[in-house]
Amino acid sequence: MNNYETVFILTPVLSDDQMKEAVEKFKTLLVEEGAEIVNEEDWGLRKLAYPIDKKTTGFYAFLEFKAEPHVIEKLEVNFRRDERVIRFLTVKQDKFALEYAEKRRNKGSKKQDAATTNEPVKPKRTERQEPKVEKAEAKAEVPEYVVEAPEAVEMEVELNEQED
Amino acid sequence: MAKQSEIRYLTPLSVDVKKKKYCRFKKNGIKYIDYKDPEFLKKFLNEQGKILPRRITGTSLKFQRRIAQAVKRARHLALLPYVTDLMK
Repeated sequence: MNNYETVFILTPVLSDDQMKEAVEKFKTLLVEEGAEIVNEEDWGLRKLAYPIDKKTTGFYAFLEFKAEPHVIEKLEVNFRRDERVIRFLTVKQDKFALEYAEKRRNKGSKKQDAATTNEPVKPKRTERQEPKVEKAEAKAEVPEYVVEAPEAVEMEVELNEQED
Repeated sequence: MAKQSEIRYLTPLSVDVKKKKYCRFKKNGIKYIDYKDPEFLKKFLNEQGKILPRRITGTSLKFQRRIAQAVKRARHLALLPYVTDLMK
């Protein structure tokens, strides 16, 4: 038994139900061939980086499974015969890929568990008021800087002359 | 006023210090490059979608091969373009 992962793209013409049915078809095919499905992901409708068969979007589906090598041949023949599938890629997972895939699966499940909490808006309002006060102070100080600046320049000039 | 022939800089001129390139995969202990993550792979492509050479990214040969493999897989799945303009 080897570990494999496969990504395939279905035409965007299908309805959601038809798409799920197509994915189900390949899953049952794998199971019938004695494969064990480890993970299944649906990436939904995505934009393609370049048009395939004059289509700019596609449904991406991702499967991870354990199977004997001869199963892959049957699976790919079925991909080619099925008109709904516009692209597919099956890859054997090496030990590093296997490790990575496991991490990825755990991450995916954690993301779903984590509940999003909205922070209250009130603290932001108080923060907004404070800068205004600071700005007013800064404006008052500006004239002082202007007076000081020429003196500072003169001092530097004198120092330079001494060095020369 | 002082002589203006001499040019003085407020900050000392930055002399080019050559930064040693390193392989980010070896440094960060990344063992597998995922072809399903196009955003990460884009770091190794130029604006036309070509794979950047090792002499620019500093990647070790071992991982350059794996990047190339991953990029080519991603292109096949239309996650990355084969050719493009102004990708970033």
